[in-house]
This record gives sequence, C-alpha cells and structure tokens, in this order.
Amino acid sequence: MTTEFRERARRALGRDRVRANIRRAMDGLVLKRLAAFPDREELERLRDQGQAIRDHALAHLPDLLEQLEARCSANGMRVHWAEDAAEANAIILGIVQSHGAGAVLKGKSMVSEEIGLNAHLLRHGIEPIETDLGELIIQLAGEEPSHIVAPAVHKDRREIAELFRVHYPQESCGEDIERLTALARRVMRERFHDTRVGLSGVNFAVAETGTLCLIENEGNGRMSTTAPDVHIAVTGIEKVIARLEHLAPLLTLLTRSATGQPVTTYVNMISGPRRTGGDGPDERDGPREVHLVLLDNGRSGIHADPELRATLRCIRCGACMNHCPVYTRIGGHGYGTVYPGPLGAILEPQLQGLHRRGELAQASSLCGACAEVCPVRIPIPRLLNRLRYEHAQGRSAPAVGDASPTAVSAGAPPPATGPSARSRDRAPPRRARMRVALQAGIWRLWAQVHASPARYRRLTSLAARLHRLADIVIARTAVPWTRTRTPPRLAAESLHALARREGYCDE
Amino acid sequence: MSDARTAILERLRASGGAAAGAQLEPKPEPGSGPTVPVRRFDRSHPQLVERFCGMLEAVRGEVYPVGADWPAVLARLLGESGVETLRYGPDGPFGAALADGWPASESTPALVPHLGPVEDCRDALFAETDAGFTGCLAGVAETGSLVLWPSPAEPRLLSLVPPVHCVLLDSARIVPTLHGLMADEQWHRAMPTNALLITGPSKSADIEQTLAYGVHGPARLIVLLAHGDNLIAPA
Ligand code: SF4
Repeated sequence: MTTEFRERARRALGRDRVRANIRRAMDGLVLKRLAAFPDREELERLRDQGQAIRDHALAHLPDLLEQLEARCSANGMRVHWAEDAAEANAIILGIVQSHGAGAVLKGKSMVSEEIGLNAHLLRHGIEPIETDLGELIIQLAGEEPSHIVAPAVHKDRREIAELFRVHYPQESCGEDIERLTALARRVMRERFHDTRVGLSGVNFAVAETGTLCLIENEGNGRMSTTAPDVHIAVTGIEKVIARLEHLAPLLTLLTRSATGQPVTTYVNMISGPRRTGGDGPDERDGPREVHLVLLDNGRSGIHADPELRATLRCIRCGACMNHCPVYTRIGGHGYGTVYPGPLGAILEPQLQGLHRRGELAQASSLCGACAEVCPVRIPIPRLLNRLRYEHAQGRSAPAVGDASPTAVSAGAPPPATGPSARSRDRAPPRRARMRVALQAGIWRLWAQVHASPARYRRLTSLAARLHRLADIVIARTAVPWTRTRTPPRLAAESLHALARREGYCDE
Repeated sequence: MSDARTAILERLRASGGAAAGAQLEPKPEPGSGPTVPVRRFDRSHPQLVERFCGMLEAVRGEVYPVGADWPAVLARLLGESGVETLRYGPDGPFGAALADGWPASESTPALVPHLGPVEDCRDALFAETDAGFTGCLAGVAETGSLVLWPSPAEPRLLSLVPPVHCVLLDSARIVPTLHGLMADEQWHRAMPTNALLITGPSKSADIEQTLAYGVHGPARLIVLLAHGDNLIAPA
C-alpha cells in the first residue's frame, strides 16, 4: 500500500545526512525556545493573549479586512484581492509588467511559495531573486524550502559551499560560514541597488492603522521593501489583527517560539509608500507604490468550520515542526507540501482537499508536543483526529479552495458545520476505500473490546494463552511496523492477571 | 478583482457567527478587540539602562556612554576602524550638533550630508558610504531595541545601506517595553510610513544555525548612549 506520502517518507528516512542536519538544527531550536521562556506562567499568559487576539481577528475577519483595506488605501497603498493562486500570480505579474521590470527582489514569503510565484514569474521572463540567505541557497539548489522559518535547514555547510562554488566560480570562500555569508552579501548588493520591484510576505497586518509588520534578521526584507520603487506585499487573508498594540504580545510569542530570540534584528512596520507632496517636507526614499495582495486560496472555506477555524490562528512560527518527532525524522521534503510538519498536516489537507492530502493527517504520532508549544494554542492533535475521521469516512473533501466560490456567492449558504457538506465528492479509488473500511472496522472492534471490562479481560487472557500464535500473527501482519523494528512479543500472562496473582487490585 | 473581494467577504460573512470566538463578543467592533494588559517592568531607570545595554550587547550591538563631546568620540571610533565616510542628515535632530562637534583633522572620516531623494544619491549611498548616522525615538529595555521613525531628514536607507550604523540615544528615552511605548505615545493614532525596531547588526543563522553577522544590513551597530538632556538638546 505505497502511497505518495509513504514513498516520500521512506526516501526521506534513507537520507542520513539530511536527517542528521535536521535533527541537529531541531534540537538546537527546541533548546533555544526553552531558554527564551524561562517563566512558565508568563508563557501561558502570553499564549492566552495570543489565542484571544487571533480568535478575535478570525471572529471579525470580514470587518477587519474591510477596515484594513480602508486604512491601507487611506495611507496610499493599493489593495488587491485574490481568490486563488492563479489570481494572485496574475495580479503580481501585472504590477511587475506595468513597471517594465525584468526581476523582482524577494523577501522571504511562504505565501509566494504557496502560489508558486517564482515559476509563474519565470514563465513570463521575469527573474525572481531570493534575497534571504536560506531561500537563496535552495533557489540555487533548485529545491523547495524544508522548513517555514529556516528553509535550508536540511543542508550543511559543505553542500552550501559546493553550491556557491558552482554558481559563483569567480568567488572562493571555502566552507567558512562567515565567508559564505559574506559572499551572499556581495552578490546581493548589486541586486538591491538595481532592482526596481520588491516583494515580501507579511507577518501581521494591522487593521486599525493599515500597517504591515514584517520581521527578519538579515536586512534583506528591509532592502526588498525599501530600496525598490515598488513594493508588493502578499499575504493570506487570515493574517489581519485588530489593533496595533496586539503586535506586542504576538511578536514576543512569534520570535521566541521560532528561534528563541527576544526580538528579531529588524521589526519593520510599513504604513504606506514614500510620502511626497503633502504638508511637510517630502520623504526621500522608500517605494513610491505599495501594493497589498490579500489571498484567500481556501482560507474562507476553513474559516467556515467552527472547529477547523483554529487552523487559521497560526502565526507561522515553526515551533510545532521543531518539536515534532515525525518532522524531525522525515524533514520538510518528506511531506511533499509547501507547509510541512504538524502545521502542514492540518493545513494542507484543508487547502488541497482530503482526497489529495488527507494522508498527511496520518503523519503524526499524536504525541501532542505540537499543541503544547503552539503559541496560539492550536489543538493540532484534535484537528488531526478530526481530519482522519473525515478521511476515514470516505469524505474525500474537495480542496476548500476548489469549492466553486461562485456557487457559494450565488446564494447557496455555506455549510453550517462544514464537514458533511464540504465533503461531497467523487468516490475515492476502490483500494483506498477498502483500506479505509478495514481501518474503520478494526477501530470499531477495538472500541467494543475496550468498552466492557469483562470482554477486555476475556480477550487479553485468550491472547496470552495463544501468545505463540499471536506472535506469529503480529510478525506477519504488522509488517510496516516490524520492517524497521523488532516485533513486540506477547507475554504468557496479561498484566491484569499478573497483578491479581500478586495481590493487587486491578480495577 | 472586486469580484474576488465580494465573494471572499460574502463567504466570510456567511460563516461569521459559526465560531466559538464570536459568541464571546456579540457585536463586531473591528477597532476594539481583546484588551491586552500592557506589558511593563517595574524597574528603576538605572536598571532599565543596564538591561538595555545588556540585551543589545548580547546580539553584538556596541554601546558607548558619551558626554557632550560625542561627535569627537564617534569620529575617533570610526577613524580607528578605517571608516572614511559618514553620511548624516544635516536637518536631523542632532545633525547640527554632529557637524559642529566634528573634529577637523586628516585622520577623521569625511562627514557627508545625506540630501535629496534617493534617486540622486543611490550610487553614493551603496558604493561610497562606510557609515550612516541617525537619531532614534527611544530604546526598549526588554529587548535592547532601538526605535526609529525614519524621517525626511534621516530617511529609511540611511540606517540600512551603509555597513556601519551609528545612533545617538538619550538614555532618558529608554523605556521598559515596546508595548508600553506604543500605548503611552498612542502610536495607533498616527503611524509614520515606516517605523522600525533595530536590535543589533544584521545577521543570519541560515547555515547550520551558526550566527554570522553583517548579512544584508549593517555589520556594525554603534550606539552612543548620552546621559542628560542638556548634552544633546536638539539643535
Ligand atoms: S501551528 Fe502553532 S506552532 Fe505551528 S507554526 Fe503555527 S503557530 Fe507555530
């Protein structure tokens, strides 16, 4: 039963060097986060605030988006709305072409990955220039980011040095990290000087003031949003927050959860293009145009479901992946999606549909580490269970983004409780259906056995009596498990029986 | 694209009441939202200054306590590290004081006024400037951050493009938290086109989680910490 995800995971598990790189980095990030929150009570207080702020924003999303649009426009920005990736790409391409630009400076933006912007620009003869060091590395390697915060985390310095040697043969800098970084600075400098259009993501969009908040350490984000004549910011519609002061707790949570930093080197708050021709003296730099592209791409569908809506609270800190035993082993590329890790496992099946990515909900041991660290308390395991359930019900829901928006806006009320109505869909392939039915059957059996103490006792004592036979059955049937592990062996006596014999009460 | 706008908003409106969060707040008032208690520290001013310096130095910011002769101190610091040109905004809050106090000698870096729109000085800014000087609005003790509101006199790129960024900070302007500063000074009433927090020189850990300083922004951040308003009264 090899599916695309399983196959990817298997391949990822075989790449020892990548695994070692990721493991080392994740261990480091876990420790850094821990050190950044020395006060447990304060952390929980901040998480409460973070959750409340994000919940509020989602509860008032349409109003806040309108307010954001009004304030941004009043500040001189231009606001665009995009239903899906194709629309967003078309809007961005249109802006770039209207300025006759042949290249675009790119600050780090996961939404631009989500919409496949680089490929779209290239198809139209426009060069996307990734300016973040990690993004530059994977662009040179022709790969996808393997982590939402540290995109090149799967590569070590030797590989990076080799990449740089191939792409910049005239420069030599060996494997020294300082020198590799200095090389990136040299090659980017000219591009910052020359390029006329810059593009970035957005960490938070403040409705109250029409402010786009971006955080970063390298200065490439400031360069991309300040040096060119035109700045295009692209973001999901869920990134809006109501008030400026909400930034304070969210920034604290975000940077400390992500990298353990109390604050990033730069916090860049943009509330409009260069101001000229007003009352005061003219501003002398900054972009002359700032565009904000608001992307739905399935988010409004997630918003419609009261439980799954929590997915949209995410502030993209990456802590869930840093702490995830599955991510740590298979890395971002093991998932095959733009957003990996526990976040990806809940988000991608919803964005792309259970029929395409439903299996990702299985990419978890449900250990709960992700929910424990999530700064906005997204109950990731619960949402995974919900998605597994829907997947198992054979409700291969269409990508919420695919759900014809016109049908909804034409008057059909969107589903009150999401799943059932979201899930009308073509039948999944027969084998998958059978597997799902088998799974459901096993779990039903499991539930029945565990629902009655007498039944449970009868079954365990039977299994204990037949333990030799049971061992063979386990070894034969649990092959995916035993391929890389020693098969478990049943004891000749159940724990309950043992306890009873020793005189303990086993109730 | 207004079709997309209408459709997205309609879908969101249709699902608006479905969330648990919405029941807590029956009336949508976009401007409001949860009131978050303002984060502050109850510390004495010397403690705040100490915290500020400690946090900034922990990320390789350089802090130098200075007196009225700060322009000379800066000139010496820069001269020693081979800086040849320092750009500054003559109309900035400390522009005149900097020019007045700038020592005239062979070994001091040249003081270059940063004037005109960036279109006229882009080459010089990128290629011929070793250091940039700006004032700042405040310092944040909690994180060791400088708060800058770039202005026509000291525009955005002056603190970004030159490899060394020098800042004069009045220690009386060190506040406990960003949150407190935003609330006390009512930022939400009028934001500048660009507001910045700068905490140390630019850096990256994208290669093996190892910090390397001086990526695309300045490689050095020099903070001149002035004590006492009289020393640095705006010209
Ligand atoms: S789901 Fe939570 S922990 Fe994961 S990236 Fe989003 S905010 Fe961070």
